[in-house]
Amino acid sequence: MIEAPDLSLAALAPLLFVFGAACVGVLIEAFWPRDSRHPVQVAVALVGTLGGLVCTLLLAGRGEVTAAGALAVDGAALFLQATIAGLGALALLLFAERALDPARSAFVTSAAVPAGSPRDRELATSERVQTEVYPLATFAIGGMMLFVASNDLLIMFVALEVLSLPLYLISGLARRRRLLSQEAAVKYFLLGAFASAFFLYGLALVYGATGSVRLRDIREANLAEGTDLLLVLGLALLVVGLLFKASVAPFHTWTPDVYQGAPTPVTAFMAACTKVAAFGAILRLLYVAFGTAEWTWRPLIYGVAIVSMVVGAVLGLTQTDLKRMLAYSSIAHAGFLLTGVLGLGAGGEGSGLAATMFYLLAYGITTIGVFAVLTLVRDGDGEASHLSQWAGLAARSPLTAAVMGLFLLALAGIPLTAGFTGKFAVFRAAIEQGAWPLVLVALLASAVAAFFYLRVIVLMYFSPPAADGPTVGVPGLPTTIVLAVTATATLALGVLPGSVLDLAERAAKFVG
Amino acid sequence: MTDFPFLLLMIAVPAIGAAVVAALPKGRDLLAKQVSLGISLVVLLLAVLATAAFDVGGDRFQLGMAVPWIPDFGVQFALGVDGIALVMLLLIGVLVPVVVGASWRDELPGGRSMTAYFAWLLLLEAFMVGVFAATDVFLFYVFFEAMLVPMYFIIGSFGGPRRQYAAVKFFLYSLVGGLIMLAAVIGLYVVSNSQLGEGTFAFDALRGLEIDPGVQKLLFLGFFIAFAIKAPLVPFHTWLPDSGSEAPIGGAVLLVGVLDKVGTFGFLRYCLPLFPDASRYFAPFVLVLAVAGILYAALLAMGQSDMKRLVAYTSISHFGFIALGIFAFTTEAGTGAVLYMVNHGIATGLLFLVVGMLIARGGSRQIGDYGGVAAKAPLLAGAFLLAGLASLALPGTNSFVSEFLVLIGSFPTRPVFTILATAGIILAALYILLMYQRTMHGPARGVLLADDVEPPAPAGHGATATLTAPKRSLRVLDLDRRELAIVAPLVALIIVLGVYPQPLLNLIEPAVAATMSDLGGSD
Repeated sequence: MIEAPDLSLAALAPLLFVFGAACVGVLIEAFWPRDSRHPVQVAVALVGTLGGLVCTLLLAGRGEVTAAGALAVDGAALFLQATIAGLGALALLLFAERALDPARSAFVTSAAVPAGSPRDRELATSERVQTEVYPLATFAIGGMMLFVASNDLLIMFVALEVLSLPLYLISGLARRRRLLSQEAAVKYFLLGAFASAFFLYGLALVYGATGSVRLRDIREANLAEGTDLLLVLGLALLVVGLLFKASVAPFHTWTPDVYQGAPTPVTAFMAACTKVAAFGAILRLLYVAFGTAEWTWRPLIYGVAIVSMVVGAVLGLTQTDLKRMLAYSSIAHAGFLLTGVLGLGAGGEGSGLAATMFYLLAYGITTIGVFAVLTLVRDGDGEASHLSQWAGLAARSPLTAAVMGLFLLALAGIPLTAGFTGKFAVFRAAIEQGAWPLVLVALLASAVAAFFYLRVIVLMYFSPPAADGPTVGVPGLPTTIVLAVTATATLALGVLPGSVLDLAERAAKFVG
Repeated sequence: MTDFPFLLLMIAVPAIGAAVVAALPKGRDLLAKQVSLGISLVVLLLAVLATAAFDVGGDRFQLGMAVPWIPDFGVQFALGVDGIALVMLLLIGVLVPVVVGASWRDELPGGRSMTAYFAWLLLLEAFMVGVFAATDVFLFYVFFEAMLVPMYFIIGSFGGPRRQYAAVKFFLYSLVGGLIMLAAVIGLYVVSNSQLGEGTFAFDALRGLEIDPGVQKLLFLGFFIAFAIKAPLVPFHTWLPDSGSEAPIGGAVLLVGVLDKVGTFGFLRYCLPLFPDASRYFAPFVLVLAVAGILYAALLAMGQSDMKRLVAYTSISHFGFIALGIFAFTTEAGTGAVLYMVNHGIATGLLFLVVGMLIARGGSRQIGDYGGVAAKAPLLAGAFLLAGLASLALPGTNSFVSEFLVLIGSFPTRPVFTILATAGIILAALYILLMYQRTMHGPARGVLLADDVEPPAPAGHGATATLTAPKRSLRVLDLDRRELAIVAPLVALIIVLGVYPQPLLNLIEPAVAATMSDLGGSD
């Protein structure tokens, strides 16, 4: 007789909510009349993500392993799930913006039509809207929430695919500059497939070494038999797969192209939510499965963190496109995040987990905000993302420039913004574990990175406006909500971060 | 009365004022100026009242308050002042209204609104008060870095032709210093965590730590580099001439008058008491930098043709004296150094203002574009001369007292450095008097010359008229009432503090003595 696995439905409520909404979205896509489909899809997706967010908040304080040990619903998982759901809802609002593009949506109506064909030109100005993005994005959000809770390498792999496949698709859906967008999607898909293969191979090696895919069993095998070569190799391959998703140098080469080519709301979504999910998985894998064998992964992460910070900061200097620049900035930030990951002591103490989770939240909010501002500044060809087009923006639109300035200062880590609190938290966690040389490198990289953030402020505020500069669109309600929420949160997490830091501190627990 | 939250109000009032001014509708420039002036005068009043409430013989830190801010980091929003911080708050209180007045007529090309300028000024004032009043190292660091933002916008949006370059250079130099200090701040926290069992940033608790000498040296360097960039000491100084010359006059006054003092203040407040062993170890190196700065910057000042750059270089030279006074490790020299910080703010502030008034008339920053101005504008020339004399520390002016204290205080412990530094006084006389002489006396020449349409000037101005070409003479207005109102308080302070510095010394001396006793064993 086969026993059904124990399944705590309450603990899975956030996931059920989000996946349920995604399935409903697919059905609506099939059966609901086209005219009124868009508002319904937006509503379903928002109900799903916000419902997921509320469920995680209601579950706060739980710590259990369920679904036959495959899922861990603990503080860290819930904190990260809430972060993903919240940021995902904000990104969905950006998807839903209809006031900015003259054709009323950032997404192409029919992605299968070849770019540049007569049919494509016809569709470019059509006011038909694409609504499949909402269930796709909701599936991705669900995958990410599963990713951070997976207590088993197989589930982790399934979640990785669930979150990745929709992302590959929606990166290719830009209404304008379609070739660039399609190139981004193909690149992302091919390199993503490589990363998945790495992950899968690593999984096989780890299984070969320990006879289990369960994180707890890997840990025990580690303790019992010591770490053997097969396990170390497997670990390395697993980490490579995850670092790819987290866009950590030297596994970052897709990032600038995909960030640039994807529709900006999708870029915002990827930059914020994928990063949270990937780091959630990295933390769980390293801390739960390999926490006792920290000498195996610490040097690897140490080196990769340095490479990522240096590559991100230095190459960011040379960019002339804002979206590419923010892509390199995200690579540098991935390095700072890894600095926090190293804040784990030999005995499992240290504030690394809490610090990294707080940093993810702060970075995600600011990133969504910065891309939201990017969607506002447009010329005849869509968004004006070339740096020179931003010259003198402050004279034309002071409020937009001020909000952008705030986000850039936050990314640069200036005190009284969320970015500084996050940086301080991860650097403290790393120094407590004696990683001060790494922190020195991180500080220098911060200074270099600050230069390219400042350059945008210089352009916006101190340069004379360009003669035929872009226009600043008047955002509709969804983007306005996103800007208001992200700007307020960026300031609030800088000025009064106490309660959120405290929450992260209390949530920083892994079971399993 | 001592429970009255003076310090909190001195931060909150200008911060709220900045928000109010920023929210004013476009085109209400006059209202923005009036609000700013009113608020800066309120802060001055608060500073004076706080001084009155300060008990000279009492605790080291007074008017204090502390509430938990970020409990997870052990950070408190803790304020409090000793005599040193208090005199700096007074200086801020005096300078900001003066700067608001001095910026009253500033205009931007294209008639752009100046309201943002006044909003940034008030925000800067709030952060400057915070940086001197913080008694929590984390809070100090937050203000230290946050202060960059308003100054960056003041230079970048309202400065001279090379303002973009100057603003970015200013920001990056300070940011790099600040980030190095951040590492040291975290290091300090970790040490406190291991020694006290609980991480803290409270200054009083950190002062009691017994830090391993090797660690001390590293942490000292972290703080020192940040402060040396801020102060600035040679060779970390190259940003100041650019920022000082490109900033609008009001910004330049606050930059050298107050912002840079955070560096020297930091030496006294943080480097010496927290890292006494490292301070003694590194003192000779610091003194070499200080004395090199005095002489090198003075020589460079003599070579400048741009008046604002020249004043910026004189400041670097003066910061050398302040650093000498601090790292001589005697109460006398330290007291002199703190008094020097105040006096330099007043004297150089006035010098910048007067130079700014001259530039406003002629539109050029070059010394060579002016000549013989004194004949037509005696009040302007008089203020220029007084500011210059105060800057070169003529007896009777305020700076003499402080420079003399630094030199006699340093001589017993550091005779060689002191003797070398004394040469700086002679150079100071040269660069100031040469600039004064070239612009104010001699034949009328330069950008202010204009064709005569009237017959030559009447007899009283005959001396100039005979020297110039027959058909051209100087067209320059003397100081108007607004400018007199700006100059007058600083002129009065220069003379009063030159004759009777005792009240300030009474405030400063106990605080310096306490710092030197933290250092263990002094005079």
